[in-house]
Amino acid sequence: MNVSKVLDAKGLACPMPIVKTKKAMADLQSGDILEIHATDKGAKSDLVAWSASGGHELVDSAEDNDVFKFWIKKA
Amino acid sequence: MTVTPMMAKQLAQKVIRKEPIFVLDVRNHDSFSDWKIEGENVQSINIPYFDLLDGVEEVMKELPDDREIVVVCAKEGSSIMVADMLAEEGKDVFYLQGGMKAWSEHLEPVKVGDTTQGGEIYQFVRLGKGCLSYMVLSNGEASLIDATRMTDVYIEFAQSKGVKIQHVLDTHLHADHISGGRKIAQQTGASYWLPPKDAVDVPYSYEALEEGKVITVGSTTIHIQPIYSPGHTIGSTSFIVDDAYLLSGDILFIDSIGRPDLAGLAEDWVGDLRETLYSRYKNLSEELMVLPAHFMIMEELNDNGSVGKKLGHLLSENHGLNIESEEEFRQKVTGNLPPQPNAYQEIRELNLGKITKNEEEQREMEIGPNRCAIR
Repeated sequence: MNVSKVLDAKGLACPMPIVKTKKAMADLQSGDILEIHATDKGAKSDLVAWSASGGHELVDSAEDNDVFKFWIKKA
Repeated sequence: MTVTPMMAKQLAQKVIRKEPIFVLDVRNHDSFSDWKIEGENVQSINIPYFDLLDGVEEVMKELPDDREIVVVCAKEGSSIMVADMLAEEGKDVFYLQGGMKAWSEHLEPVKVGDTTQGGEIYQFVRLGKGCLSYMVLSNGEASLIDATRMTDVYIEFAQSKGVKIQHVLDTHLHADHISGGRKIAQQTGASYWLPPKDAVDVPYSYEALEEGKVITVGSTTIHIQPIYSPGHTIGSTSFIVDDAYLLSGDILFIDSIGRPDLAGLAEDWVGDLRETLYSRYKNLSEELMVLPAHFMIMEELNDNGSVGKKLGHLLSENHGLNIESEEEFRQKVTGNLPPQPNAYQEIRELNLGKITKNEEEQREMEIGPNRCAIR
């Protein structure tokens, strides 16, 4: 996967992971992939819902040592 | 304008008093449709916080002027952000301190009645999750029934009433919420009672809760008389307290009946459920006040926030007690099951003492509604 940017949102509580994701996405081009690392459990379902509402594609997600990783492709 | 925190306790009392409340729930749509704050005079709308990052002008139009506005999210962070934005636009708003997490964990003690010899019985209403637990007090002693994992609430309540918790009982092995029974028993030196048929191979010691035993609260003897009433689980046991109250566990609710499938045995247990509801309960005094371990809908609450009705009333009004044909009952109960509660298998294992989870994990396991009943 060709990741354009990695966002470290570890240790941040809701709403910051989404606020930062939105900001990071704004700097990307359509088709670019943003990789996000978060530790807040709520971030998981919110990122899925946020991606869907913005038309972005959640390409993949993984959990690694309590860190949630997401790859979102910009619409 | 101002942003004010509202504690879960304040909100619970407003809901019980039926004060007009407007909830702006900023969680995602799935969380909201799964589980939300409800009440007779609660209006709510759901707009996820991530749709409001660019501004709240659109929401402003939907907010009423004649009721208190409470912004709610999962924990509180997002609701504070949205509340701040609304205040900047000129609205006075509250946010729910601790979010739905705090709402789920809040217990509101409500007195349901006196016992014959100067004792009292209290119901602890967990509005956010629909769980009900009980404390029977008499002469400096207390028994606790179907305690939740918020153990401090009961221990502090007992202290404030000057009573010592002597017995802690679970009507059955719970699958929808984590029992605080064992922990409280350990902390207070009380004995912990569980029906043996629900406690197969548990690694801890307990007192066998069986029909025929009598548990006494205080020297003035309020009898707690167990009645074997299987159906929700094979061990499910009800209690008659002081010949006046029937604690029905998860077998009979106010507007619904128990479900027989949470241990995977609906077909086997539906017969027991029928027998309990249609034979055993029908032989009891109609004057008994039924006090269940759950409620499902806010309409089941009495005006003072308690949940309870005379058995005679339920025998005529509760649909689940009025299905004549056994075949139809079987079909209704096994063919019409609602989704199972969140993490119910893990919750059973935890209550059996087979696994352990830290507090944060326990909290996650209990997210959502209880879903123990069939309407």
